[in-house]
Parts: sequence; C-alpha cells; structure tokens
Amino acid sequence: MERRTVSGRLTWQLGEVVATHQETPRVKTITLAVPDWTGHRPGQHVDVRLTAEGGYQAERSYSIASAPQEVRRLALTVERIEGGEVSPYLVDQLTVGDKLELRGPIGGYFVWEAHMGGPLLLIAGGSGVVPLMAMIRHRAALKSAIPTRLLYSSRSYDEVIYRDELARLLDGGTQLQVSYTLTRTQPPGWTGYRRRIDADLLREVAGPPDEHPLVFSCGPTPFVESAAANLVALGYEPERIKTERFGPTGEP
Amino acid sequence: MDMMENKLDGNAAGGILHEIFPFEMTLVQATCAHCGKTNVVGALAVYMHGMGTIMRCPSCDQVLIRVAHVKENYCLDMQGVRLLQINSAA
Repeated sequence: MERRTVSGRLTWQLGEVVATHQETPRVKTITLAVPDWTGHRPGQHVDVRLTAEGGYQAERSYSIASAPQEVRRLALTVERIEGGEVSPYLVDQLTVGDKLELRGPIGGYFVWEAHMGGPLLLIAGGSGVVPLMAMIRHRAALKSAIPTRLLYSSRSYDEVIYRDELARLLDGGTQLQVSYTLTRTQPPGWTGYRRRIDADLLREVAGPPDEHPLVFSCGPTPFVESAAANLVALGYEPERIKTERFGPTGEP
Repeated sequence: MDMMENKLDGNAAGGILHEIFPFEMTLVQATCAHCGKTNVVGALAVYMHGMGTIMRCPSCDQVLIRVAHVKENYCLDMQGVRLLQINSAA
C-alpha cells in the first residue's frame, strides 16, 4: 500500500505493532513498523482507524512520539480515556503482531525541526508532552546543542510520561533543562514545583523573553490558553508561540 | 455506538481533506460565508460521527465544510465556505 499516490494525496496504510511499553498506569506507547512510511516532521500526528465487525468505524488523531530518524518506525503514545471509542482498545487490547490502520503524517503548524533554530521553550500539560518529545528526540538524535527548556505539568509523579528517558537525556548535559510541576499529589521529598503553571512559575523557569525563544505548548485547551496568555503578558513574542490543544485531539 | 458527537481539534480534519487534496491541509485558510472570518483548518471546530466529518467556524459556529467518504465516493459540501486558500508549497 502506498502512503502517497502520484498526486500526493494521503491514503490509509497498515502498521504492525512491534513493541508496546506501559509508560504510566493510563498511558502506553505503541511502536509500529510501517513499511511504506516516508517520514514525518517532529510535532506531526497520524489518524488511527478502528473497524468493528459490523463495519462501524472510529477515527482518532494521535501525535507521533518518535523522531523522524527512526526509519519506517513510528511510536504513538496513547492515553486511555475512560469511555472513549478508540483509546481503551489501543491501550488495553492491542498487542505485538496486531495490525493497525493509519493515515499520515498530518499537520504543518505545530512542527519543529533543527533548522528552525531556537532556543526552544516547550510547555507540556499531561499527555501534551507527546509531540514535544518527538522534538526532543529529534534534537537528541542530531546531537543538537540548541538550548531547550521543557516545562512539564502532571497531576502526580506516577503520571509523568517519559520520566526515565528525560532523566537520561538530562545526564547527557546537552543544553537541555527540564522542570516538573505536580499539581495534585507529590511524593515525599519532592523538590519540584507543586502548582499549576502561572506567570510566576513561567518567570522562574521559562528563561528571559529577550532570548526570543520558539515556544511550543501542548495540553488541554485551558492549559494551553493560560500558558500562552501568560507568556504574551510576560513579553514573549506572540508570533513565536505555537499551541496545540490536546494531543492533538481529545476524546469525549 | 456512542450517539454523542465528538468535538475535536481542527487538526483531526487534516487527514480526510488530505485524502482529497494533494496538499497539507491543516494550514489551509477557510473564510466563513456567514461571518466572513478567516481561520486555518487546524483552528476549526471539528465534529465526527456516522454522517462524516463536520467543520464549524470557531467564530460563529456555522457549518463550513461537511465531508464524508461513502461507498468510494467523497462527498464534500462546501456551501459554508466563501473562500479556501491552499498554499501549494506546504
């Protein structure tokens, strides 16, 4: 199956699950081998389609978590939404060897590649970290030294996605800085932030506005809107702030 | 089947539109025939259900585009859009 026809249109193609990894109690990463995948840009997403036995189909969009450097491989990190039509199947039932219909890559706005420069300011709420992780992995694969700050808000320590990998990347000491805030519960001895991202928190960790960072913020709609409004009020350039509401789509 | 409509981010419509048009579609600018506001497709309010994908104007909530793929026919109702500007380099 060809992803693009001669005219450049998108078509559905099949990926095969080659690995799954439980990131948190509700979040799983699914790695797919996609033979005809011709690459993506960090921040883009794919549509996933499930077909029930009666023919009923449901589609959802999921951000790509992997860097483009992984050839013909695609990782999706999916949060299980209670009562959702698609995510409970992907998180609870899909196993290695299963096939999955997908269409992509999609999106041209919420995209970062190294040639776009920096410094980078990435602001994640919950599973909104997924497309930002594709950017961080892209940057790491290039051994780029573009100064990058990630500000990552989760409800609790157990819900922090990619915790171990981010810790490893920090040990690499390549101009990457990660600040966590845990908004509901914190483990004993927690020294990070423990409140929602507000103007004061941004002032402390987002770096000076006169560094003119390229900002990407992804999370639930109120999270993203509040972060963007605070950044503009603090003097960051609105035209360098890109936002994406949940991942990029939520489920009801 | 869940009878509730699923309200989604406009990026969710990028896939089916890209099946029809040979361009990246989330950055396409759509001008509402009702209120005259122009928004990119990625900023539209998208609803998906059995009847297909419906894109509404985020400014006035009027239906801009309905698209469905039924029995190998794409049905594209664009009466809510006055103008669609597609960047062929995207």
